Amino acid sequence: MNFWLLLTVNSITFGSLLFLVSAGFSLIFGLMRIPNLTHGSLFMLGAYFGATFVGGMLGLTFNFWVAALLAAAMVAACGAALERLLLRQLPGQQLAQVLVTLGISFIVADFCLMVWGGDPISVASPEALTGFVRAGPFVFPNYRLAVIVIAIVVAIGLWLLLDRTRLGAMIRAGVDDPDMARVVGIRVSQLFTIVFALGAGIAAFAGVIGAPILTVYPGIDQYMLPLALVVVILGGSGSLLGSVVGSLVIGFIYNFGQALLPELAYFVLFLPMLLVLIFRPQGLFGRFIP
Amino acid sequence: MSPRPIALAVVFVALATLPFWLTGDYYINVASQILFYAIFALGLNILAGYAGLVSLGHAALFGITAYALAYTAQAGFGHPIAILAALVAGLIAMAVFAVLSLRATGIGFIMITLALGEIVWGLAYRWISVTNGDNGINVHTRPMPFGFSLEPPAAFYYTTLIVFVISVAAVTMFVRSPLGVALMGTRDQPRRMNALGFHVWAIRFWACMLSGLLTAVSGVLFVYYTQFISPQTLELTSSAEVLLMVISGGAGTLLGPIVGSALVVIVKSVVSGYIERWNMLLGAIFVAIVILMPEGIVPGSARLWRLAWRKIGTSDKTVTAEGEP
Repeated sequence: MNFWLLLTVNSITFGSLLFLVSAGFSLIFGLMRIPNLTHGSLFMLGAYFGATFVGGMLGLTFNFWVAALLAAAMVAACGAALERLLLRQLPGQQLAQVLVTLGISFIVADFCLMVWGGDPISVASPEALTGFVRAGPFVFPNYRLAVIVIAIVVAIGLWLLLDRTRLGAMIRAGVDDPDMARVVGIRVSQLFTIVFALGAGIAAFAGVIGAPILTVYPGIDQYMLPLALVVVILGGSGSLLGSVVGSLVIGFIYNFGQALLPELAYFVLFLPMLLVLIFRPQGLFGRFIP
Repeated sequence: MSPRPIALAVVFVALATLPFWLTGDYYINVASQILFYAIFALGLNILAGYAGLVSLGHAALFGITAYALAYTAQAGFGHPIAILAALVAGLIAMAVFAVLSLRATGIGFIMITLALGEIVWGLAYRWISVTNGDNGINVHTRPMPFGFSLEPPAAFYYTTLIVFVISVAAVTMFVRSPLGVALMGTRDQPRRMNALGFHVWAIRFWACMLSGLLTAVSGVLFVYYTQFISPQTLELTSSAEVLLMVISGGAGTLLGPIVGSALVVIVKSVVSGYIERWNMLLGAIFVAIVILMPEGIVPGSARLWRLAWRKIGTSDKTVTAEGEP
């Protein structure tokens, strides 16, 4: 019994992390229609920045949460620059976008290897959350529960942003019909920069939040990118609800698959993505067929 | 006489005599790698360049061929049977990939091929009882066609060169054939082609099969070259690398994928000996290509070359669009 419950909690925690990574990916994909193959790199960059801030730099050590926000802000700035300087030049050119985003991900991966070396870096979870919660015979690590709460807070924040603000309305209009949005006077290209920076920031934030659970190592970018892709394909690009449902489903499939069918874990992970692509190409909650 | 046949003859002679002027087994091996990766890139180029269908799952096809060969060779069958089995396995896999992924075009096609590639990789990586996981499978011997041993690097190089020349000739013939022209039609104007009575799906399917055949052929050469196959070969990164060869050299040109293959292999295996941060260099080269010549190195330099000729004021009659079919 304990095994199943723990597996369930782990699945929800992992799903929460996946949501944080894929929410931005989904918005970028939905609005800009580009396969952003740098998303895993942005996650990794955030995780390394966070690890440095928490671990101490130039004699300064930062509080975990301050480090997470700082890393998110820095990576968001990188994302904005990437969009402005490179992706802006290549509207609608899929091959060039693939080439440039892969090129950037090579550069980032090598940069991280150069600065932080090849050894995994573990990050301590914030002190207030190191303990456990006891509920009857069950024990849950505080930090894992906190990750779930953070994901819920971010999801609500994103929902308010997208559904209740003028900016959100413009983004939704851009996702649904970019040409018509332009005609009614929305500067869609400006939205691109904002959404790209936002997506990059959340991915980096997820990197720091996930660091105590996953540790930070070279190659985590290539680990995260396909997972985020599966979530977005499953849920439907540009849909917040799709990201939530997709991440939870994948969180469960990933953890239960690893535990029950270790040999076929990746097979059962990518199979739903394939089925959705073939039978419902817009994803479970998507608004358009990419 | 136009400069093109002369240039082709010079390149061919240079390739045919390569082991005599390039000293060192290491460099001859690098040349073999360039050639079989070029076959792989030529295969992907049929789809990414001429059909407008970008596949991110080709490393899986390459890998399935390689595993099939390793299995049959390990099971004690002779090399001819192993090679045949590997090619058939690669083609069957390609047919399955094509039926599933040709339901979409554009980003949809990229995503389905990526998902298929990841599924195959996941099986190779985790289904340890069948694939031996990360430890991979060894292929202990190379074949001995007509009694010649392929163990020396020069012998292997010449075998690869022969296969390479046949592949280039086949692709050239295909691109100039009615089917090749129709394929480019389905890339540019699928609906119009359909209205004209062409079976768009079937044309794309046969293009996939040709692409799969070239991929399988390069997969066979790869296994005999490394004499080892592991899940790393099937990773998304490998698919991306070959796609980068095609795009950086110039998608939809004959010469582009070959140049792209040379670029990537040389940076990976030769330059990496001198520069520790070669991955960063490779990434920077890709970004630079997108900024400076978004159409790829071959058409890009042809364009710059023509521009330069015009600047000098010479007639550019003799300069044809190099690399264009």
